[in-house]
Amino acid sequence: MAEQYLNQEEVKSRIETLKEVLPSKLVNELLNRLSNVKLSDRQLERVMKAVTAEYYKSIVDPGEAIGIVTAQSVGEPSTQMILRTFHYAGLREFSMALGLPRLIEIIDARRKPQVPRMTIYLKPEYAHDEEKAHEVAKRIQVITIENLAKSVDVDYFNSTIVITLDEDALRYRGLTVNDVKKALDRIKGKAGEITVEGNSISVTVNAQEVSALKKMRDKILQTKVAGIRGIKKALVMKTDNNEYVIYTEGTNLEAVLLLDEVDSTRTISHDIHEVAEVLGIEAARIMIMRELKAVLDDQGLDVDSRHLMMVADVMTWDGKVRQIGRHGVAGQKVSPLARAAFEVTVKNLIEAAYMGESEKFKGVVENIISGKYVPIGTGYVELMLEHP
Amino acid sequence: MPRKSTTERRRKTKAEEVLEKVLNHELMPKAEVVPKDNAKALLRRLNAAPWQLPWIRSTDPLVRSLGAKPGDIIKIIRKSPTAGEIEVYRFVVPG
Repeated sequence: MAEQYLNQEEVKSRIETLKEVLPSKLVNELLNRLSNVKLSDRQLERVMKAVTAEYYKSIVDPGEAIGIVTAQSVGEPSTQMILRTFHYAGLREFSMALGLPRLIEIIDARRKPQVPRMTIYLKPEYAHDEEKAHEVAKRIQVITIENLAKSVDVDYFNSTIVITLDEDALRYRGLTVNDVKKALDRIKGKAGEITVEGNSISVTVNAQEVSALKKMRDKILQTKVAGIRGIKKALVMKTDNNEYVIYTEGTNLEAVLLLDEVDSTRTISHDIHEVAEVLGIEAARIMIMRELKAVLDDQGLDVDSRHLMMVADVMTWDGKVRQIGRHGVAGQKVSPLARAAFEVTVKNLIEAAYMGESEKFKGVVENIISGKYVPIGTGYVELMLEHP
Repeated sequence: MPRKSTTERRRKTKAEEVLEKVLNHELMPKAEVVPKDNAKALLRRLNAAPWQLPWIRSTDPLVRSLGAKPGDIIKIIRKSPTAGEIEVYRFVVPG
């Protein structure tokens, strides 16, 4: 007699019980595959068993040296990367670090990236209108008095600094002389009287010395009139999704997120430390993965994303972004010998001796040095015989 | 350009406003505090001491939004490119 086929609902509910053991993505894929297949009770049972067994087969074994595998899987392709730091990727007047330098920057968790960048997504009403997008970009970019001044003269006899503003520049930015005056008022500090005469502003300074006047002049030129602090350049570009996006040089994630025109759910800084500070460690972890993937994809290298996850996980393990190097992951190892084996051997050994540290021989490196079995793979397990 | 009026802006402090935006960001995972009773069972299941879990600082926006204290364990539901959705745990440490 032919076996009874199960109906869709039964199949679904049976497979959902697998969620306990299998990742949700796998369960969903299985559901998809079986949606048009007729199965009997016994057949379904066998399918489920086979999938579960296959999943457990593909899982990493205890003691597997995944760190080494990751290091080699990322390291080998990176030997093929370009060494050139700056690359003009078809973006006007926009440079960015690419290839190996950028990869090293991420892994080393540099405080200051060579070119700090942001990608600013806009709300729908701005994202599809080029004019409006340009408007936003113009407002974001920081404008100092230096950008607006036609000429700056220092009168050493009367201790005054005369700034003549460029009318065209003012009009282009949508600013008035008064805005500049207001900006100057804010930094008053050492500055004295401010008088406005048409397009020129003169600032009287209390100091007499030439050096103090020069210092004041530089301070005035660097004064922000409009825009967001830190955003040096802002460019509007069209993405593949027919959306206008602003790319910036210089970052200020917190201030940009607060703008009304900005889609604050997607806007992101490419500076990982900044992301960690503003969005937290979990966001930084995803950013490390994304940035690494972006670099590798850009160079046409195919590295499994699991390796990048491993790197990101290790870098964000203690709640802060730490580099993979002597000031981070490798430098925080418990074993003095492992630390000495990495970099600056003598200093590490002397310091360990001075602090009276002890070597527990639990890790890999120190056991290789001393010629013992390494706690990896089969060396990871210890067998003990119970006395009868 | 539509701008929020100053009065509307003043109702929330800047820090609150930032936190609100941050929590709605796509990079923010869902998270919850693991109750103390469940934490013990969880650690037994993982065969780990609390400090052996990955850490998260108490100043982290995620921790602040949950109101978790150092010593708590939080469950984070990550979106993973390989596994769909996975649960991970982090131990809240001061800092």
